[in-house]
Amino acid sequence: MSIGKVWVLAEADGDEVASAALELLTKAREIGDTVEAVYVGSSADAVAGVLGEHGATTVYAVDPGDSLSGAVGAAALEKLIGEHSPDLVMFDQSYDGRDAIAGLSARIDRTVLTNSADIRIDGDQVRATTAIFGGTQIVETAFEGEAPYLAAFRPKSFVAEPSGGAAAAVVAVDGVDAGRAGEAKVLDRHVEEAEGPKLEEAEVVVSGGRGLGEAEHYALVETLAKLLKGAPGASRAIVDAGWVPYSHQVGQTGKTVKPKVYIALGISGATQHLVGMKGADNIIAVNKDAEAPIFSVSDLGIVGDVHKVVPKLIEALEARA
Amino acid sequence: MNVVVCVKQIPDPAAPGALDSDNTLTREGKLILDESDSFGVEMALQLVDTAGEGEVTLVSMAPNNEVSGLRTALAMGAAKAVLISDEALAGTDALGTAKVLAKAVERVGDADLVLTSTESTDGYTGTIPTQIGQLLDWPALTFAKHIEVGDGKVTIQRQTEAGYDTVEAPLPAVASVTAGVVEPRYPSFKGIMAAKNKPVDEVTVADLGLDGQVGWSGAHQAITAVEAAPEREAGEKIEDEGDAHENIVSFLDELKVI
Ligand SMILES: Cc1cc2nc3c(=O)[nH]c(=O)nc-3n(C[C@H](O)[C@H](O)[C@H](O)COP(=O)(O)OP(=O)(O)OC[C@H]3O[C@@H](n4cnc5c(N)ncnc54)[C@H](O)[C@@H]3O)c2cc1C
Ligand SMILES: Nc1ncnc2c1ncn2[C@@H]1O[C@H](COP(=O)(O)O)[C@@H](O)[C@H]1O
Repeated sequence: MSIGKVWVLAEADGDEVASAALELLTKAREIGDTVEAVYVGSSADAVAGVLGEHGATTVYAVDPGDSLSGAVGAAALEKLIGEHSPDLVMFDQSYDGRDAIAGLSARIDRTVLTNSADIRIDGDQVRATTAIFGGTQIVETAFEGEAPYLAAFRPKSFVAEPSGGAAAAVVAVDGVDAGRAGEAKVLDRHVEEAEGPKLEEAEVVVSGGRGLGEAEHYALVETLAKLLKGAPGASRAIVDAGWVPYSHQVGQTGKTVKPKVYIALGISGATQHLVGMKGADNIIAVNKDAEAPIFSVSDLGIVGDVHKVVPKLIEALEARA
Repeated sequence: MNVVVCVKQIPDPAAPGALDSDNTLTREGKLILDESDSFGVEMALQLVDTAGEGEVTLVSMAPNNEVSGLRTALAMGAAKAVLISDEALAGTDALGTAKVLAKAVERVGDADLVLTSTESTDGYTGTIPTQIGQLLDWPALTFAKHIEVGDGKVTIQRQTEAGYDTVEAPLPAVASVTAGVVEPRYPSFKGIMAAKNKPVDEVTVADLGLDGQVGWSGAHQAITAVEAAPEREAGEKIEDEGDAHENIVSFLDELKVI
């Protein structure tokens, strides 16, 4: 089953397109007869190739300047929707994606479905699914009323696959006035540099939680991650406690990771943490509480003290290196 | 400087969630202040304190004229509250909620800044702050982990995936705050006693002029199915006897990551 025209709001990631846009385009190809992208960023010509390769025939491009990307994206979409009438607009459940879907919904008076994990066409209905109660239940919701329908998807809900399409035709969108929403200006950007692979892309993720006891012990997580050429992650408990920056957080309000191996050290496995890592191919957990919920999703669970198990593990791996 | 804080009153998150027969979240029993909103309340109190004048007003949309969570926030130091409670609100979606809250902000009048949390603990749609901003035609500065107000402007550190951005806008504006923004105070005994006599303006959908625009009819979405998610099978569980690290090494070996 398919619908007419599906749009993907593609966000910029520096001079590239954010990887989530390619995931969404891959899904859009499956459900839409026509797939187009709306790109908010300054280098549309540079990304037209990769957007086309993933199925977009046209990319409408708007430059946010120093305004918030989501605010400009919403205003541009309002204008473009008036001209081209898409049936569905797909957004990434990221910070800017959330701003864009929210602003647009108020501008054109449409409901939103956020935190979606999948979408399908059933007859004349468009239905999105979302996991609730920490991913234990799946709710399917149908849009009603007039199109376009607006849905935001958690990262990694779909696997990006190129379709081999030609570069998308770039249509520059000028004269977008975001009104007062556009008065929020970005004065400067602070990037916390991290070594090694990105958390969302790493093959191995080693995360630590409150069970590490104190901030200094997070070094165990970093050392192990480095030995395994992976990325260090964290539960929200230790992010809120200020042990590590927010960019490390895995879970509902943090990053979604799907590595080959996820190693949870001193993490209880609260539902909000699980939704961010349950999709890992393999899960290893070390926790001294045999009843910790993390063990219900782990392939290898070690009931033990992180301070005993992890130093020995590090030693054994160093010996092999 | 007057700050309005949106506070949601939710079922105790420690209790397992459930759905009612109409597939809305079960909200029976006493509701409490969403902890996420205690950060906004604290931030607002500090901003008013720094400005040296003005007050903090709460707005909340909740079933059954619930005030328990509002009393907690009033006990922290907010001056007054607007409570929107009406049977016509059952089934309201995020945009409808934002319409109600935006109208309530207008009813309060005179606000320089509206604070919300980045997402509620029970619903976590996460769109309401920006929707309120757009409905009021005010800029929305989302994901603030630090806020300063001065010279008719609000400046925030906006959390990003990579670090943070400094974002500024002229007032009036909406800002959503993360759990890192400030450390909420515990209400004092004096505060709790004082809260009992603070005014709560109880209003209906009609009072806000939103008849027919909210509730089920305004939601434009319908739940079609609720299913148990496929469970991930638990694997091996081993008690550490001093050599459990070897099990991890062989597992990693099998997976060819070392
Ligand atoms: C709206 C909302 C959103 C949230 N979003 C997120 C999110 O994105 N990500 C997230 O992670 N959380 C999130 N949370 C928080 C979540 O509910 C939990 O509070 C958090 O995940 C707990 O972190 P933790 O496992 O490190 O700490 P705890 O729950 O305190 O667990 C510590 C664990 O360490 C074990 N332990 C203690 N000492 C040792 C030792 N020496 N050796 C081995 N094990 C030990 C204990 O047995 C325990 O299981 C959210 C909550 C809310 C309300
Ligand atoms: N019913 C409500 N009453 C008051 N504030 C609310 C309500 N619903 C949402 N909010 C505010 O909007 C934020 C985001 O909510 P949500 O979009 O539902 O995740 C919440 O944390 C509150 O600050």
